[in-house]
Amino acid sequence: MAGMFGSEASGPSNAAANAAFKKNLNKVYTWYTGGFVLFVLVLAILEQMGMPRSWIGFIFLLATIGLYAGIGIMSRTTDAAEYYVAGRRVPAVYNGMATGADWMSAASFIGMAGTLYLTGYGGLAFIMGWTGGYCLVALFLAPYLRKFGQFTIPDFLGERYGGNSARFVGILIAILVSFVYVVAQIYGVGLITARLTGVAFELGVFLGLGGILVCSFLGGMRAVTWTQVAQYIILILAYMIPVVWLSVKQTSVPVPQLVYGYQLEKVTAKEKALSTDVKELEVREIFKQRSATLAEKLKDPAAALAADKAAAEAKVAELKGANAPAAEIATAENALAALPKDAAAAQKAWTAAKASADTKSRPLNGMTPHAQAYAGNPDGDAAAQKAFDTSRRNFLALIFCLMVGTAALPHILMRYYTVPSVKEARESVTWSLFFIFLLYFTAPALAILVKFEVFNVLVGTPFDQLPAWVASWAKVDPSLLSLTDINKDGILQLNEMTIGGDIIVLATPEIGGLPYVISGMVAAGGLAAALSTADGLLLTIANALSHDLYYKMIDPNASTARRVSISKVLLLVVALLAAYVASLKVADILFLVSAAFSLAAAGFFPALVLGIFWKRATGPAAVLGMLAGVSVTLYYMATTQPWMRGLFGVTGPISDYMWWDIQPISAGVFGVPVGMAVIILVSLVTPAPSKKIQELIEHVRYPNLKTS
Amino acid sequence: MELTESQRQYWRKNLNITAVLLAIWFVVTFIVGYFARDLNFSFFGWPFSFWMGAQGSLIIYVVIIGFYARYMNNLDIEHGVQESEE
Repeated sequence: MAGMFGSEASGPSNAAANAAFKKNLNKVYTWYTGGFVLFVLVLAILEQMGMPRSWIGFIFLLATIGLYAGIGIMSRTTDAAEYYVAGRRVPAVYNGMATGADWMSAASFIGMAGTLYLTGYGGLAFIMGWTGGYCLVALFLAPYLRKFGQFTIPDFLGERYGGNSARFVGILIAILVSFVYVVAQIYGVGLITARLTGVAFELGVFLGLGGILVCSFLGGMRAVTWTQVAQYIILILAYMIPVVWLSVKQTSVPVPQLVYGYQLEKVTAKEKALSTDVKELEVREIFKQRSATLAEKLKDPAAALAADKAAAEAKVAELKGANAPAAEIATAENALAALPKDAAAAQKAWTAAKASADTKSRPLNGMTPHAQAYAGNPDGDAAAQKAFDTSRRNFLALIFCLMVGTAALPHILMRYYTVPSVKEARESVTWSLFFIFLLYFTAPALAILVKFEVFNVLVGTPFDQLPAWVASWAKVDPSLLSLTDINKDGILQLNEMTIGGDIIVLATPEIGGLPYVISGMVAAGGLAAALSTADGLLLTIANALSHDLYYKMIDPNASTARRVSISKVLLLVVALLAAYVASLKVADILFLVSAAFSLAAAGFFPALVLGIFWKRATGPAAVLGMLAGVSVTLYYMATTQPWMRGLFGVTGPISDYMWWDIQPISAGVFGVPVGMAVIILVSLVTPAPSKKIQELIEHVRYPNLKTS
Repeated sequence: MELTESQRQYWRKNLNITAVLLAIWFVVTFIVGYFARDLNFSFFGWPFSFWMGAQGSLIIYVVIIGFYARYMNNLDIEHGVQESEE
């Protein structure tokens, strides 16, 4: 079995052996896909025969993690080229699949359709940003990095910019970016494991971690690559099946991507009807009043709290005096106990409640119409024009950061070291984007199909006739779905419903009326997405430390075996540290992920691209440019993002710190040009790079440079 | 090491195709994005700008990368800088 993923020593590769290897891979993964489908079918039959749901969850969890661990064990290695770059024999198609799994995190799999549901056109920034970035990877980086042919991104910086300082800054940025990102992934693993099996979140984190570690610990890049291919297959099947089913149910066409335009038309028509619906207006009016009451209280929270307390105490006393039923007294006492403890707590709670009431007093539950590009109105009054401009500017800035960040994330760029040639590196980027595209062009369809279902099946239905999945999800987690009959008419209005983005993907099988086994498969797909990304990231961090810091900078005489074992130990330490940080549940996931993109974009992109395309770029310039880019980005986040502001003790109104009203999520839009400018300006005043480095650049630019 | 004229040409052609493809990428992403509100005519049910964001631009990205890979792999052979089949 060990030979299945190529355990023979990495000798000089040759075309015939590579072709045979690829043919073998085709066979293995075809069997694997068939096996997975069979596994799901058997579970489906068992479910029909009455197997309890919690068992299905557990079987999915254990079977998939066991599978990944099995591949890890089969691919175990201590050879450096195998451990760091999978022996450089990964065919373009398989590297494309592995990159797809590496790339698509829990945020893509579970979060994205939800974001699209809630923000409509605005959410497309993620769709375009996370795919268009591959154009930059293909045109600027992948083939050249493959030709360079070392092990890591700091490797390239160190060689190109001559000296340890560029390498060292590269190590710092690679670790900063990957660590922020991996914390978000492990957090996702914990959430999904907890939901799939019902264990506690912290236990879920460590269970998932076990799966990650067995794989990357034993076999490094080789194990991670073959596991990621397996994970890609699971996650794409798990994403597609429910969407196709829902599409058949609504439109009787099994290709949702082709027909959802017509569903969008119907959604848009319904949006118009809902925004003038009498019942909706009634609900919105109630929220408007609530908001006004809260605003009144917020003028003097201490006095308002005292008044509330007195009223609640009086109610309890009155009920007790009147010998009311025990249940009523208990309700009144609970209401008294639920009041905020002091004025500060009251202010916080009421501010949040007012913000939520304000959202709900707007049409369509505060969502912009799905197909409408940008908020505000360019032909409206000054405020509407400003809203339009700001919204458009932020949309484009976010796309920019996500794209440039894509082309600078070390765990993605590293993947292009694993293919056999420059030619395959170019083809591999095409395959990567194709496999990513499959999921990304389905997500907007899913969002609209679910919105159609919500608008047409849920809204306007009496509360006691809602489908069963509504009640069961509202019970599982009220932050995902909660319904309250605000105007007491017994019928659900859109603004009476609060929906969390993550439910869109997770509940689709139930919305489409599929058996529970498909829900289990979707959760397993989300788990595969999170685990595969975490694998790649952990490996990047461990390699930066063991290969770049230890081998290249501290002990250049270290033996291969020693380097690989140091890498393994570090992997364990970093993984435990990341799991610990994730279990603290610090900042919100979306911010962590986008912070990683902005930081990578500002830190790496200018230095990497100028290093290949501009021979004059010098070492000191690159070091200063990387530091400047990251510093500007961090500074902007620290002064404008609420959680970071708390961390760094920044006070004063946020608007004083905002530049052109750009959101902190897109901080890289300032960091990238600053980094670029610093590298260019400093290069021009420092001596040109040596002849040796100039030759290295020539070497990288040509797949095969024969001396004339 | 001196580059031959053919090798110099290879790099120039590479820069040209890179610039052209990058320009297409820029127009599809940022120019279409900038005018999204005005490009809302119906396109098989979708408003055009929504379709571009959700599908059109993605398809163009895949085509850009695929074209570049093919073009460069041919250019390698044309200018004798392809990798040898070891």
